[in-house]
Amino acid sequence: MNIYIQGTGCVSPQETAQGGAFPENVLPWEGARLKASEPDYKQWIDVKLIRRMSRVIKMGVAAAQLSLQEAGIQQPDAIITGTAYGCLDDTGVFLSKMINQQEEMLTPTAFIQSTHNTVAGQIALMLGCHGYNNTFVHKGFSFESALLDALMILKEGRSKSILTGAMDELTNHSFNILSRFDLYKKESVTPASLLHSQTHGTVAGEGAACFVLGTEKGTNTKAKLTGVTTLYKPAGKAEIAADIAAFLAAHNCSEDEVSLVISGRNGDASGDEWYEHMENNALAGKPVACFKQLCGEYPTAASFGMWLGAKVIAEQRVAEAALFRGTTPTEIKKVLIYNHYKQTHHSLILLTAC
Amino acid sequence: MHSDVWIAGGGVICGIGNNLSECMNAFKHMEPGMAHMEYLHSVHRHTFPVVEVKASNETLAGWTKMPDKISRTALLSRVAAEEAWRSTGLGDIRQYRVGFVSANTVGGMDKTEEFFAEYLQDNSKGHLSQVIHHECGAITELVADAMGIRHHISTISTACSSGANALMYGARLIKNNMVDVVIAGGTDALTRFTLNGFNTLMILDQAACRPFDDTRTGLNLGEGAGYVVLVSDALAAEMPVGKAPWCRLSGYANANDAYHQTASSPDGIGNYLAMQGAMEMSGIKPADISYINLHGTGTQNNDVAEGSAIARLFEPHYPPVSSTKSFTGHTLGASGGIEAVFSAWAVKEGILYPNANFSKQMKELPFAPVTQFSTGHQLQHVMSNSFGFGGNCSSLVFSKSAQS
Repeated sequence: MNIYIQGTGCVSPQETAQGGAFPENVLPWEGARLKASEPDYKQWIDVKLIRRMSRVIKMGVAAAQLSLQEAGIQQPDAIITGTAYGCLDDTGVFLSKMINQQEEMLTPTAFIQSTHNTVAGQIALMLGCHGYNNTFVHKGFSFESALLDALMILKEGRSKSILTGAMDELTNHSFNILSRFDLYKKESVTPASLLHSQTHGTVAGEGAACFVLGTEKGTNTKAKLTGVTTLYKPAGKAEIAADIAAFLAAHNCSEDEVSLVISGRNGDASGDEWYEHMENNALAGKPVACFKQLCGEYPTAASFGMWLGAKVIAEQRVAEAALFRGTTPTEIKKVLIYNHYKQTHHSLILLTAC
Repeated sequence: MHSDVWIAGGGVICGIGNNLSECMNAFKHMEPGMAHMEYLHSVHRHTFPVVEVKASNETLAGWTKMPDKISRTALLSRVAAEEAWRSTGLGDIRQYRVGFVSANTVGGMDKTEEFFAEYLQDNSKGHLSQVIHHECGAITELVADAMGIRHHISTISTACSSGANALMYGARLIKNNMVDVVIAGGTDALTRFTLNGFNTLMILDQAACRPFDDTRTGLNLGEGAGYVVLVSDALAAEMPVGKAPWCRLSGYANANDAYHQTASSPDGIGNYLAMQGAMEMSGIKPADISYINLHGTGTQNNDVAEGSAIARLFEPHYPPVSSTKSFTGHTLGASGGIEAVFSAWAVKEGILYPNANFSKQMKELPFAPVTQFSTGHQLQHVMSNSFGFGGNCSSLVFSKSAQS
């Protein structure tokens, strides 16, 4: 059974939330923290609600609405989200007040909005969608689990279209704490220099990307989601290489057929060795596009990678800001996305033009 | 997608027992687990009873050979997951393709609370070891790593229905032949974060909770973990001598109430759709259900919504129903897993669980919960309900091996 990408939507540190083509210009960033470029949410959300919602909810709702608009669908049969951190801002607010006020005089709003399924629940509420609703919260596999669940459900044959996606926000607290784990660059980097820095650490990012997946080709459908797989704590680079070969074989795709590799390089010297190895061996000679210089690193960043892949196939071009190695192929048929999060959570996603 | 999904075993730890057998004794002797807080340090300790696992982190660490400094959520998870796996008699876990799908809602929040107290004074302070396992997924990985599971690991968080959704996803992994075995369920430890959160919603009872009773005023929070072991037809046929699958997971459905972020719709539309969908997948009619393990939190809102949906769906033949939360308290992300173990065991052993503290019939409903423990029943199909924040509603149906 073919699973089509009927619509996509993305809120990211780039100007992706206007819909349409991949943005021409890269929004510059400084320091080690990329913030989402947020759209005017009034087009989708009631003003009174906007004031109460944290950024991750708003970004998630906006990406969901954009993808539904592109798909021309008002009511999906299911909503499945992935988020590693969930609603961090509301969690931080409630936790801080609880500690500062010694557990007294607390109000419910932040607690209510702190649960990890808030975004999927809000989307269901806004759409009046009574269908299947699930939220995966497994670190660097959150998005991939959501995709896999959607694929399995569509293949069962009772659902026709599923809204799926991932969202994570960065807050002052989370950036402070993650920085103390020594994850980010100490020296200054730019979008152009990040992936060539060859030093320790990366830059922090955030965002939301949603996809309407369906069993039928829609009017704006340009790509199929052919497969997704995850590999937890691989023993070494050889295991990943074998996994890539097995994954492509399982989807009847020879290595020659892969037109473009999208790799999750984030500028961290040791983490990028995995990508370097694949680009030089298992996938040698393939043009490579990258995306974390555009969206930063976060556990569900692969969702931005898949959004980029869908755009590349739709437009049959790779934006200059994304191209890392080689030249844009004349025809882009199959795109393989290889990503890992902190070298622990590795994933492969295969998209095919249609 | 040809395989059935079988329950090859299960394990549970909660406030009425550290394993399944202890829990059964508590039901048999009508001993609910509500008590004053002993391990959770909260200013509300004298106000709200809770249902704590009666073991310190040091004790749990001793049982599991895990460090006592890690989150209680992970310690509880390991105890129940180990019991679940051992109960199957399937031997060395490394010889199978195994998935671990564990739900939780708090992750390592118990440790994050300690970290934040120092961090808020000075954001360069606080021990990072206390936040390294903050994420829900980190809890799952601690246990997967300790048990040697790596083929497929995932974590689900849909508030109070999390554990039930873990079984559904696990069942799909088996039907799609991605793994041979899935240990599926949930875990949650009591934290001040959740206790205070539920207190702001004013749905905590200051006495023992009274699910499906007209005088109910709220829930008691509990903690624990519960997992079933899901296996394919092929592995179910290869279980060792003396072991057999408890039952099949014959149906499941998840629906959204789409009414309010925390409250259920008055007629429980999400609950209705989840129960109806699960029975449809099982290929059965309402009259075929032998027992319902209710979500039954004891809040005004849940019980009337759930009860109304049951009344509408099952009228006029109401099956026996009860809420085991009247013993275990509401264990949030664990509850779907714990109650799946109880429900699957009920099919195997023919047990009807009692609903504690029931005295007054709800005026809105035409049926009342079972109040006595009893065995020896022929339970062909048992339904387990889990409903939660975000409108997330899930129902599971466990069935005897052969279709009736």
